[in-house]
Amino acid sequence: MGEKHLVSEQFLDALEFRGLSRRDFLKFCGATSALLGLSELYTPQVASAIEKASKRPPVVWLNFASDSGCTESLIKATYPNAADLVLDILSIDYNETIMAAAGKQAEEVLAKSLKDGRYILIIEGGVPTKKGHGMIAGKEMIDILKDFSGPAAAIIAVGSCATFGGVPSANPNPSQIVGVSEALKKTGVNKAVINLDLCPVNVEYLVGVVVNYLLLGSLPELDSFGRPKMFYGRIIHDNCERRAHFDAGRFVEQFGSKEETMGYCLYKMGCKGPMTSSECPKVRYNDKINWCIGAGAPCIGCAEQGWPDKFARFYERLPGVKIPGFGGIETTADKIGAVAAAATAAGIAIHAVASASSGRTKDKEKEEGK
Amino acid sequence: MARITIDPMTRIEGHLRIDVEIEGGRVKDAWTTGTLFRGFEIILKGRDPRDAWHLTQRICGVCPTSHGHTSSMSMDDAFKVKPPDNGRIIRNIVEGCQFVHSHILWFYHLAALDYVDVVSALKAQPKEASLKKVQEKLKAFVASGQLGPFANGYWGHPAYKLPPDINLLAVAHYLEALEMQAKASHLSALFGGRMPMTMTSPPGGSNHVPTVDDMANYLFRIKELQNWVDNVYIPDVLAVAPYYLDYAGVAKGHANFLSWGVFEDASFDPKKRLLPRGAIFASDFPQLHDAKPEDVTEDVTHSWYKGTQPLNPGVGVTEPEYTGYDPANKYTWAKSPRYKDKPMEVGALARMLVAYLSGQPTAKKLIDDTLAAIGHAGKPQVLLGVIGRIAARALECKMVADAMYGWGVEIIENIKKGKTEVYTPYEIPDKAQGIGLWEAPRGALIRR
Repeated sequence: MGEKHLVSEQFLDALEFRGLSRRDFLKFCGATSALLGLSELYTPQVASAIEKASKRPPVVWLNFASDSGCTESLIKATYPNAADLVLDILSIDYNETIMAAAGKQAEEVLAKSLKDGRYILIIEGGVPTKKGHGMIAGKEMIDILKDFSGPAAAIIAVGSCATFGGVPSANPNPSQIVGVSEALKKTGVNKAVINLDLCPVNVEYLVGVVVNYLLLGSLPELDSFGRPKMFYGRIIHDNCERRAHFDAGRFVEQFGSKEETMGYCLYKMGCKGPMTSSECPKVRYNDKINWCIGAGAPCIGCAEQGWPDKFARFYERLPGVKIPGFGGIETTADKIGAVAAAATAAGIAIHAVASASSGRTKDKEKEEGK
Repeated sequence: MARITIDPMTRIEGHLRIDVEIEGGRVKDAWTTGTLFRGFEIILKGRDPRDAWHLTQRICGVCPTSHGHTSSMSMDDAFKVKPPDNGRIIRNIVEGCQFVHSHILWFYHLAALDYVDVVSALKAQPKEASLKKVQEKLKAFVASGQLGPFANGYWGHPAYKLPPDINLLAVAHYLEALEMQAKASHLSALFGGRMPMTMTSPPGGSNHVPTVDDMANYLFRIKELQNWVDNVYIPDVLAVAPYYLDYAGVAKGHANFLSWGVFEDASFDPKKRLLPRGAIFASDFPQLHDAKPEDVTEDVTHSWYKGTQPLNPGVGVTEPEYTGYDPANKYTWAKSPRYKDKPMEVGALARMLVAYLSGQPTAKKLIDDTLAAIGHAGKPQVLLGVIGRIAARALECKMVADAMYGWGVEIIENIKKGKTEVYTPYEIPDKAQGIGLWEAPRGALIRR
């Protein structure tokens, strides 16, 4: 096996000593390669990247206007699981939800991280810009963000609140909450932020980004919303397990109906899949046991900037989407009709490209098989 | 007189500051400060009521399901709609997964670090191979010099009373429990799509149609959790408790208890919920009283809001006005809820005491057996305090996990009889009021 020249026996022994079996380690690396869209041939490289990071990369995880749902996501991780993440892969030096220290002791930990610098700064929650609406240890959250952004090796905003404000920034935004990029702009800091949208963040995206960073020493390619293209490059509707039913004009018209038991399309129940970009259908949630649409729930669009207001009235159908099988546009609405139509057209184009490229992959696999 | 400020208060959800004044080694006065305001009350106004259950889940990422269910129940009430039997049971199951997840997480990952000295575990002399392995892992971790979330704890402080061997066992189970709380959440996702932020409990019931395949998957997974609670969680509580018996009567609080009740019965009678509704007052303990939402008020005298009168949440007002930290005047974003003008304890101990005094058979047996085992048969008052709270959570966790198995069987029976409905359709009236009264693992919720 190729991993031999990239990962030393010594390292694998050391892992075993730390309670992580070789098999589990390589399984983790394989899962991560798959997630990053790399072929299994890259598994040894992922393993090697983790070995080289012999000092576990320090992480400072700050909670601002959040509900700790993304921390909850973090500890629901499977390959690697939460214990692997905490003990073997990362050094989560500051996270108020799980850390032993409190008060002054916690402040000391934070001060040390700031002094040492070069940490991965993970922000959960939006940033209140109204005075006194968000404070930790007597300091405004926005000031804490400013102080900690400078020495950070990378900044990752996890979940819809940290990216663009999320639910607490919904109209009328009582605490004038903004996302991390916007808050940094306000404080005059010019630094790239990786936005991992979704409410809550999918922990596999977070692990993927961190491993990508360890593997390539660089940050993943981002789209115009600061989201990694590898996780937000495709529209949910185009990869949905119920897509064939949409194309055939078969829809669920009422929850719990016979049509639902047949797994028909949820578009008419309000599904925002046609306007939402995320790898949810592939990555799924909670050890891949299920995902929203899989369980019978229309997508609420939580991966997109402007959520939730942009998609408010979650159970009303998106306007302006062409329904196959019935000819023409089903409904037109004044609000976002034009945008929706454009997005869907783009979605269909992307769908075609994706189909073509997956065809190519198959051919390539055939060749390699020979 | 010494004054101590703890900010941030860690291992909780949310942003909290605690100030205490200490005199002669005792707390003389204390102030708790919620340091974040988001304003869900304001955000929800004027929206499609069917969106509310999604939005309110974002109040708490540790117990989103309870917030969502309370919201959907208030809509059920307003729309005059009753979920079909399987819809009711699926909501119970998704809620149950969250309770089991939350109690495991609370005991092992949030509370235990105040009782378990992680570093002392290095001095243990384990005989069992699995414990030796954990100890080696811990040694390597400590030797790395990167203590991560365990950095700067009070390790070695004399208030930690467990011997090294039990500390090591607890560390081993801390790691195991990380896996178990995740498994409990994965189980909610089987029905709810994902956890946190489940997707299938809208007003009217559930939009997940369970299949026989789901149910087989579910029963095997819940059995694993039940076994773990019985064979690890409960024994751990029993192993740790004897070393902290002097905490038994500590922090009794006001000893008034309130539970709205949780886990709906087929009759939809809140007094027949698995954990029923009721109130208990210190003044006539152990008398059980009815609990009525009309008797709740929220006071903002010391909170950063406009207003002077305590108001029932049904007519509550939320107008933020930050005026700086002033312990003599206004110092927090939290409102002060009162029941009949009294501060009430809510959460597992409140629910288990109400269940016990209601004669709920499972709760009665669990608590009677526990009281007998510690030589206090028939005296539930010994449960008031720190140790009682820890015990109540563990017993409730067992009670819920066991009930969850039964609910799975009920769904299968319903499917057998052809009763497969999960959702009742409804018309949304132009004007309506509704109320949801329910429980999160950490206590009572009202939504209207």
